[in-house]
Formats: sequence, C-alpha cells, structure tokens
Amino acid sequence: MTDTLKPRDGKDVEDAVRFALANDKPLELVGCGSKRAIGRPSQTDLTLDLSGLSGITLYEPEELVLSARAGTPLSEIEALVEKHGQELAFEPMDYGPLLGGKAGAGSIGGALAANLSGPRRIKAGAARDHFLGASVVTGRGETVKTGGRVVKNVTGYDLCKLLAGSWGTLAAMTDITLKTLPRAETESTLIVSGLEDAQAAAAMAAAMGSPCDVSGAGHLPDHVAARFDGLPGPGAATCLRVEGFAPSVAHRKQSLAAVLKPFGPVAVLDEKNSRALWRSVRDAKAFTFSDVLARPLWRVSTAPSRGHEIAAMISPAAQMFYDWAGGLVWIAMPSPQEPDAAAIRRAVASVGGHATLIRAPAAVRAAVDVFPPQDAGLAALSKRVKESFDPKGLFNPGRMWAGV
Amino acid sequence: MSLQIPPADRAVLDRREKIVAALRAIVPGEGVIAGEREMRPFESDGLTAYKQLPMVVVLPETTEQVSQVLAYCYAEGIKVVPRGAGTSLSGGALPLEDGVLLGMAKFNRILEIDFENRLAVVEPGVTNLAVSNAAAHAGFYYAPDPSSQIACTIGGNVAENSGGVHCLKYGMTTNNLLGCEMVLITGEVIRLGGKHLDAGGYDLLGIVTGSEGLLGVVTQVTVRLLKMPETARALLIGFPSSEDAGECVGKIIGAGIIPGGMEMMDKPAIHAVEQFVHAGYPLDVEALLIVELDGPQAEVDHLVARVEALARQCRVVSCKVSASEDERLLFWAGRKAAFPAVGRISPDYYCMDGTIPRAKLPQVLKRMRELSDKYGLRVANVFHAGDGNLHPLILYDANKPGELEKTEEFGAEILKLCVEVGGVLTGEHGVGVEKRDLMPAMFSEIDLNQQQRLKCAFDDKGLLNPGKVFPQLHRCAELGRMHISGGKLPFPDIPRF
Repeated sequence: MTDTLKPRDGKDVEDAVRFALANDKPLELVGCGSKRAIGRPSQTDLTLDLSGLSGITLYEPEELVLSARAGTPLSEIEALVEKHGQELAFEPMDYGPLLGGKAGAGSIGGALAANLSGPRRIKAGAARDHFLGASVVTGRGETVKTGGRVVKNVTGYDLCKLLAGSWGTLAAMTDITLKTLPRAETESTLIVSGLEDAQAAAAMAAAMGSPCDVSGAGHLPDHVAARFDGLPGPGAATCLRVEGFAPSVAHRKQSLAAVLKPFGPVAVLDEKNSRALWRSVRDAKAFTFSDVLARPLWRVSTAPSRGHEIAAMISPAAQMFYDWAGGLVWIAMPSPQEPDAAAIRRAVASVGGHATLIRAPAAVRAAVDVFPPQDAGLAALSKRVKESFDPKGLFNPGRMWAGV
Repeated sequence: MSLQIPPADRAVLDRREKIVAALRAIVPGEGVIAGEREMRPFESDGLTAYKQLPMVVVLPETTEQVSQVLAYCYAEGIKVVPRGAGTSLSGGALPLEDGVLLGMAKFNRILEIDFENRLAVVEPGVTNLAVSNAAAHAGFYYAPDPSSQIACTIGGNVAENSGGVHCLKYGMTTNNLLGCEMVLITGEVIRLGGKHLDAGGYDLLGIVTGSEGLLGVVTQVTVRLLKMPETARALLIGFPSSEDAGECVGKIIGAGIIPGGMEMMDKPAIHAVEQFVHAGYPLDVEALLIVELDGPQAEVDHLVARVEALARQCRVVSCKVSASEDERLLFWAGRKAAFPAVGRISPDYYCMDGTIPRAKLPQVLKRMRELSDKYGLRVANVFHAGDGNLHPLILYDANKPGELEKTEEFGAEILKLCVEVGGVLTGEHGVGVEKRDLMPAMFSEIDLNQQQRLKCAFDDKGLLNPGKVFPQLHRCAELGRMHISGGKLPFPDIPRF
C-alpha cells in the first residue's frame, strides 16, 4: 500500500523529505502524474505529490518572465501567456495521450523535470534553455535556490540545467521561474510530398541551411502520414514551418518554396492547418491511436543527417517518423512485449546519439535500460552527481538507471 | 589587495623542481614554462588588478597530455588553474603560487565543419571569431559574440558561458553547444553530447558550461552554426531620460519584437564614445538606444517601421534609421568602442557586470549616480537593454593611493544593488575571484554548500581552480556529512491519502 504525502508549501516539502530521510523511505516524486509511466519502475511505498504547490506567482510579459509553484498545471501557464500574446517557446510536448492518458494533464515542474520540447527545439531550444531559476528541496531536506529571474546570469553553477531532464531524481522542485517569449503573429507550412526518408533528410538540410529561419522540420513517411493532422492529402509529407510577422512569413514562404522545389511538388498549409499539423507532430499523434498504443515507443536523438540511417537498420515492421530536421526519430516497435533494445541501441551507437524507451509495459521497463546506458566513467560521474543532491537515494530511485 | 587566496602549500612548492621535471616528461620541449620571466605573461588575465605568478605553466597539445598532467596533479595533490586566452574580466584564470597553470592555447585546430548538420567541432583554443570566419564562406556563423571575440577562445566561452550583444535573440554559449570532450581532474576523459540535441542522461554539458574551470578541462567542443541573416538594419534613438529609454524598450518587447541586439548607453558613455569615434551620436540626450533588427529583408523593413513608430510614441529627442550597411556599422562602432573610449578619458576603468529586471533600470541608475557622488568617482553605463545586463564602468586612477580599493567598494555596492532589485551579480563575466566574496549577497550558505557538493562530484580533492567562485572552501567529506534527526512524521497536518 502506497502512502501519499501532499505538501502545501515548500516548508511541508522539507518536512516530508526529512521524514523520509529519518525513516529510510524512498519517495516517488510526482507533479500531476502525467508522465509517471516513463522510466524504470521505482520501488517506493511513499509518494510525494507536488500538485498541491500550485499557482502562478509572477508574470511580467514585458520582462519575459514568469514564476510559478512547481505543481502548477502547464495548461494554466500556457493559457495565461497566450492571453498576453506570448508562449513557452520550447513548445512542450504532451506525453499524456501517448501514454494512454488525458491530454493537457501535466504540471510545469514535470515539463521541466522531463526537459520537454517540441518541433521548435531546433530553433528555440528545450525546457532547459528557458528555465531561469528554481527553489528545490534536496535529498538532504534542505531548500536550495538557484538561478534567478533574469535571462543573463552566470552567477554560480547553472543547476537549472541539471534539474531539467533529471526526472525527479535529484530534488523536489517547489518554485520555478521561466522565460516567456512573444508568440509568432502567424505561421505557415510548406509540404513536399512523396519523398523517401533519405531524400527528405536532404530537403530538410537544404531548408535548415537557408536563411528562411525554419522553426519546424519533420518528415512523415507514407505509412504514418495519414495519422497526423492538417495535411492536404495522402502520402509521405516533408514539412517545413515558418513563423513570425505576416510580411516576413509571406516572404520566407516564397524563398523556401524555391529551395524545396528541386525535391518535389510543394504544397502550402495555411495558419490553421499548420498549427494543427505541428501540434500532432509535437505529440507524436500517430502513436496515440488505440491500434498502436501497445507498441513499445522509442525516442531517438541523433545528428539530423543520420536519422534515416537508424531507421533503415531496424525492423521494417516498425513505424516511425522524424522531427528536428531528421534528428529526432520516433520509432514504434511491432511487438508489444519486445522493444528490441539491443537492435535500437546498436543502430544508434553506429551513428551517434541516444535512445530512450518512452513507452513499454512496466515489466519490460524493469528489464531493459529505459534511458541510454552510459560508459563506466560517465555512469560513475552521474551517480556522484545524483549523490551530491540526494545522498541517500530517496528520490525516484532507479527511475533513470539502476542504483541511481 | 585584500583578496584571500587559499594559502600556498609549502610542501608542494618545496617539490617544485621535481614537479617541473615530471611535467616535462609528459609535455616535452617548450610546453612546460618554469622561468620567471617567461611565466610573466601568464600572471594575470583581463582583470589586471590581480597578479600572481604560477608555480609552473604547462601548454599541452593533446588530450592525452592533458589527461596525464591532470592525473599526475591529482595523484600529487597539486592545484591546477585552466586558462584559455586569458581575457576573463573576473579573474577566472588568475594563477596560484602553488598551482599549475594549464594553458590551452595550443588546442587551436578546427577539426570539422559539418554544414549538413550545421555544426563545428573545434578545439578549445580556437578563438570565438575564428569559428565564424571558418564557416562564413558557406554563409554560416557561430552566434554568441562576446566583445572580446577576436581574442577569447571557445574553451573560455564554455567556462564562462559567454554572451554578447546578440544573445537576446540567439542565446548564450549554453544555448549554442552540442557537445564536448573534457578531462576530469583524475585524468579520466569523458564525452558529453555529440552531434545530436539534448543529453541522454543528466545535462552535464549544461552544468559544465559556465562552471569557470572548476569542474574539468574541456579539450574539444561541438558548437551549433546558424545561417547568417539575410540583412540587418539599426535604429539610433536618443531619449531625454533613461526612464523614457527603458519605457521604449518595454514597448518594443511588449509588441512581440525580439531585436537581434538592443543596446543602451547613458550620457557619460555617449560623450566618451562620440569624442573617440565620431559616430554621429547625439550629445543632447540622456540615453541612447541602438536597436538592431536582422533577418529576411521583408521582415527587417517591416520591423524597422514598427520600431520607429513605437519610438515615436515615446518621448524621443532623435530617431535615425540606418540607410546603408556603412551607417549601421557606424552606429555600432560607437557602442563597440565604448570601453576603449572610456579608457581614453580616465587613467583606469573598472568594468562591472550585473543583471537587473529591466524595469528597475531608472531606479538603479539613480542610485548609481548617488553612489558616484558618495565615492567621488565617475561612472559611465553601457547596458544590454533587452536582457537587463548592465556594464557600469567606474573611472578611477590606480596611481592614486586608495582609489582602486574605493572603486572596488563602489563596484560591490552596485552589484549588491543589482541583487537587491531582483537581479544577479554577474550576467556574463563570471564570478571568478572578483565577485567571489559577494556570493553570499545572492546565495545562502545552504545554496553555496549544495553548489560545492556538485563540485565535489567532479573534483573530490578541490584541486581545479580553487579560490574562484566560492567565498569559503569546504572539504568534500565535511560537505557530505549528514545530520538526520526526527523519526516521527513531524507534519501531521499534511494531507495524506
């Protein structure tokens, strides 16, 4: 039976951690719990539910800054900044439907702990690049502050970078500060139809190498394209997004069309369809349908020009698509119980990059590496870093790697 | 100087000859410098007020040599201070009397430029500008552009997380890196990142960036390259007060415009600059703003018109749009010459670097004028207005007894003021030795101890660049100790389920 502690403020979190420390009770850290099924299953009988730490505490649009309690729903933050013509430029993806849950159910703390990003990653960065400051409770039960509320800051180590993508294994965030940015006035997407994966990689490289300031570049192969939104017709679609002020978007659309023309016929999506398309790409919508929901899902980051090589090395029965100009490959394996980790890791190792098993049954996640295995030196360093925050291994033990 | 540096270890100094010989066995020929005269150029960095000859200078050429030097120093308990080009303005590369100064200047090769993946793999001793130059023929560049970019190295940029005038739109070093190879103090070589985005585990690259040489020695860096914008134009806008200038900056950002660069100067800076470079800056204004828009021609034209219209809604004395590339460069010539221009009107100047929430600018400038009167020292301000990064230049004369000390005191008050209004001690120059003792103004002892615990994860003996960043050094064993108390649930009122 799992007990849940639901603190109301930072002081409660300190108390909870001290209690866990004194009683040698590891804690599962959760915000809204929307990404709970990612990672190796943790063995804990106490859950620290941080969703009670909720509310936006500061928002100054002209200063491009927002602070909130860590358990604040991401949707609440996105709604507020949208009202002021701004956004979280890292375009945080929603893992909910991909994991069989609801859409829009995550917290900002969870978005940061998972270092979320989206198609705009190639231009605007990931959560890590917009995470300005935090208050956290470490595994010693101490509240530590890092960063600040200004973008330019090199005072002390940038602990926010470590917290981003630490999946709640280092500290419990209580308060966070983010950079907000103006939302683009409009957007449009150019679609090249019918390209093979390798041709698509070349088309995306040409687009990225143009001065058109492309903010989304993805390739949806024939076998999955119909499962994304906003596309004009059937067949493989290579998608390039431009965002910004209307006159600029109009101009860049033209220049980009000229760049893409040699690769194949080019269609144009209007703002509405473009938004729908990129939201579905962001959330890997093709793999949220019930007939594929049981398929183990890999998220692979590699050099953009090499993504299609990885895809070519694995089972033809796998489904896949590309984001980040070809550098992010989502791969759904055919057999529910068999993520084929060895083949994936081998393929990734041969071209460079890393693969994370985002979705698989708990028993599978307990048996194979979910996060990329590290060589001995890096693994030892990661373990020491973990211990520097959480010496007793209280937080989400084993979620990223066994023993960490 | 009153600066407290960790006391020199006599036992190490007594073994100096033996140590030099051992280092020569690792780095042959002229790679080990032990003569006093030859070591002189290394005694200080860009923070010239502080000088210290190192015990010995080592200039390795390969990762293997770096690894062996560090492993030797680790085994022997010898301190190591890494150094790039030595342009640090915070004393980050200030040598230690009993330490090895590890100069990375010979790591000066560009190893690979991969246009397909828009990145460059370079050695850390390559200068910032050289990376952009090497990519320019294909229309690419490396975005972070610290003002020392002709001299400063990529390795130093990683250590300091360098910024520059364009980082408002394009980010700082940390936002433009993909990977690095680095050597830990034990001699272990580790690789972080690569040609792909994001870390597969903890973002150690993110923590190494801006760590001021305290965590490891970087031997290879993979940076992102961006396509050069099609064009750029600038506006030069004069205001009757800094409040008006600040309001205009707020309006521009409020309108959803993130300019490529947005720089402000106050009256003393404007006058110093205009006398020096004759950029045509108006002299009848209290604040001057340069706003640069870059991107496709259509976008730049559109935004120039919008910014001009926004400026006209503010109280402005003058507003000029660059009509040619020459004129744009002339607008910038003044700003870029601000430091030397101030150097011309004063025997010495001390460059500060704090960041504040932008809206606090008028309050901070007012207080700075009061402090200027109090200390009897002039101050000129240049300001990365978009992101609130302030560079007050305090004018002083080092030959006047006591004036440097007075200047440092003035500077410290300015930085504390930055923290007081919600800002930070340093925006891009680093803590180094310069702001080390001010860290408690921003961080509690608990905060600082946690940062040092992280340092311990990389460097358990505290041998890499000790005396920088942290005002008080603790042994790792002491920091690791835990006092666990209370076995009962001490918060019965927390909702439990």
